[in-house]
Amino acid sequence: MANILLFIQHVDGRVLKGTLSALSAARELKGPWQGDQIVGIALGSGAQNAAKEMLGYGLSSVRFSEDSLFEKYRAEPYARAIALAAKEQSASTVVALASSSGKDALPRVAVLLDAAQASDIIGVNADGSVKRPMYAGNIIADVELAGPNRVVTVRATAFAPAGQESGGSECALINLAGDPELHEQPRFGEIVGYEISKADRPELADASVVVSGGRALGSADNFQKVMFPLADAFGAAIGASRAAVDSGYAPNDWQVGQTGKVVAPSLYISVGISGAIQHLAGMKDSKVIVAINKDPDAPIFEVADYGLVADLFAVAPELTEKVRGLRS
Amino acid sequence: MKILVPVKRVPDWQIKLKLLPDGSGVQTDGIKWILNTFDEIAVEEAIRLKEKGGVTEIVLVSIGPEDVRARLEYALAMGADSAILIKHEGPVDSDLASRAIAEVFKKGDYSMIILGKQAIDSDANQTAQLVAARLNLPQACFASKVVVDGGAATVTREVDGGLETIKIPLPCVVSTDLRLNEPRYAALPNLIKAKKKPFEVLSLDSLGVTPDVKVKVRGLSLPSARKAGRKVGSVQELIDALQNEAKVL
Ligand SMILES: Cc1cc2nc3c(=O)[nH]c(=O)nc-3n(C[C@H](O)[C@H](O)[C@H](O)COP(=O)(O)OP(=O)(O)OC[C@H]3O[C@@H](n4cnc5c(N)ncnc54)[C@H](O)[C@@H]3O)c2cc1C
Ligand SMILES: Nc1ncnc2c1ncn2[C@@H]1O[C@H](COP(=O)(O)O)[C@@H](O)[C@H]1O
Repeated sequence: MANILLFIQHVDGRVLKGTLSALSAARELKGPWQGDQIVGIALGSGAQNAAKEMLGYGLSSVRFSEDSLFEKYRAEPYARAIALAAKEQSASTVVALASSSGKDALPRVAVLLDAAQASDIIGVNADGSVKRPMYAGNIIADVELAGPNRVVTVRATAFAPAGQESGGSECALINLAGDPELHEQPRFGEIVGYEISKADRPELADASVVVSGGRALGSADNFQKVMFPLADAFGAAIGASRAAVDSGYAPNDWQVGQTGKVVAPSLYISVGISGAIQHLAGMKDSKVIVAINKDPDAPIFEVADYGLVADLFAVAPELTEKVRGLRS
Repeated sequence: MKILVPVKRVPDWQIKLKLLPDGSGVQTDGIKWILNTFDEIAVEEAIRLKEKGGVTEIVLVSIGPEDVRARLEYALAMGADSAILIKHEGPVDSDLASRAIAEVFKKGDYSMIILGKQAIDSDANQTAQLVAARLNLPQACFASKVVVDGGAATVTREVDGGLETIKIPLPCVVSTDLRLNEPRYAALPNLIKAKKKPFEVLSLDSLGVTPDVKVKVRGLSLPSARKAGRKVGSVQELIDALQNEAKVL
């Protein structure tokens, strides 16, 4: 029997909620894939704290490194360290949240381990096959991965975050000398700039309410004037359609959809979004969907629990005011 | 410098796909095929780099059946210089594609491979990273801007928190995100001329690549549909529904 390695994604030592969803998937895979123990690897600044935190979730051993190689996420050294951790901890399966880093690094891990990879899994079947969306979520595939080594990335919205468990024991530095090529790092270049959207609202991926704006907002200025107060009234994160992002109304990492973020909040309010399949792919598993659109035939209404056919510039501010009134 | 652009043919995203009765695949008879959206962006980016100077040749490669020829010709008409079709009838997963692409790379003198970030049929988002790892090359995935200068590529990447810019030495692997560029249309006269551009047909066997896939599709199904909701007549009615029915407010 072999172990299952969880790539522990965190920000400065705070474990991402999505990592706990990936852990739930790992727990589900244990039976059908005959996994022995779940083990972990954490990298980057704060990795030791993240590693310790995960011991509370029953991981039997966790490796970490805060080496300067891992200070900022880079595909090449991260993939090498994850593969090294898999070898050191006798893991034949590697599981990670399908975040931008998870998507970026895990295929490299698959090559290093000669493993088969399934991306963005949304379920585990008793026969060991896994479920994953294809064609912008219009089709669900049951896929089987050729063993013995396997890699999966996990769609967080499909697995509830794992609860704490006892059994965690060992937390230790990973032995980086195990992979001499790790130190060839300069070959892989350097990070020269960041443009990080400022986050004074909940994270899109974790928020319980998301309000999303589309092309109909018409300008970055309108987007701010209409969507920001609406979001704040609900305590919501803000999302956007591709058209809104392409037009510069909202930053790229707010895009919801097939090629953006996938969200499943308790409440999703779409404002001036038509509901193209690529957008639906990112939000149709939300618990309650509200759509505001002036076209009664807009496809968004086919997935909306509550549809309001109206001019957004009239009703969105009214909604903002009324919800503010309720909250105060 | 030479650029390799792997492209995949996928069903047009505007058609509603139907499953085969036994759920083993999607109905593809007579459907419209397109060049994967992200691959059109990759071809466009290669052409723009060539237009800026320094790029001598853009070579396309695709692994798939004979019908893929038409899509390769379309990309040639956009402005690529030559194409390689690796003819294969069976299933192709990202792993198999990456092994074939890596072999093609080794046979040419390429400085860059530009791929799509994901094929919009399988939505795998793996091939670029797999190719980079197989060739032990640096990668810049999910690119929204690419600048090549003095033996290095400076690439802005769309990541979870916003944008990140990395500078990596050539040769390297880049995968395209949607906002990298807006692909041009191939003009009709170019479509005719494209048929005269160099077009090589190879087999997996001739490249020493075994045709096995690591990801086997066991069955397909449709996602459960959401039950239809209802229209509300006013903001007040919406708020009442959210409070009393849905209980999310
Ligand atoms: C490969 C690929 C990937 C894609 N990935 C994504 C993705 O990840 N996410 C995504 O969102 N899209 C994606 N798209 C794009 C998608 O197909 C649509 O083009 C996009 O979602 C449209 O955005 P929109 O709804 O804001 O704009 P539109 O489709 O233009 O819709 C605007 C809507 O606003 C309504 N409206 C106009 N004025 C008002 C008003 N005053 N009040 C109320 N309503 C009004 C209109 O009736 C209309 O329905 C992708 C496309 C492709 C090809
Ligand atoms: N059969 C194929 N032939 C050529 N290129 C491919 C093939 N499959 C995937 N690719 C390339 O890899 C990219 C990403 O695909 P994937 O990672 O499989 O979703 C595509 O956008 C193409 O550039």
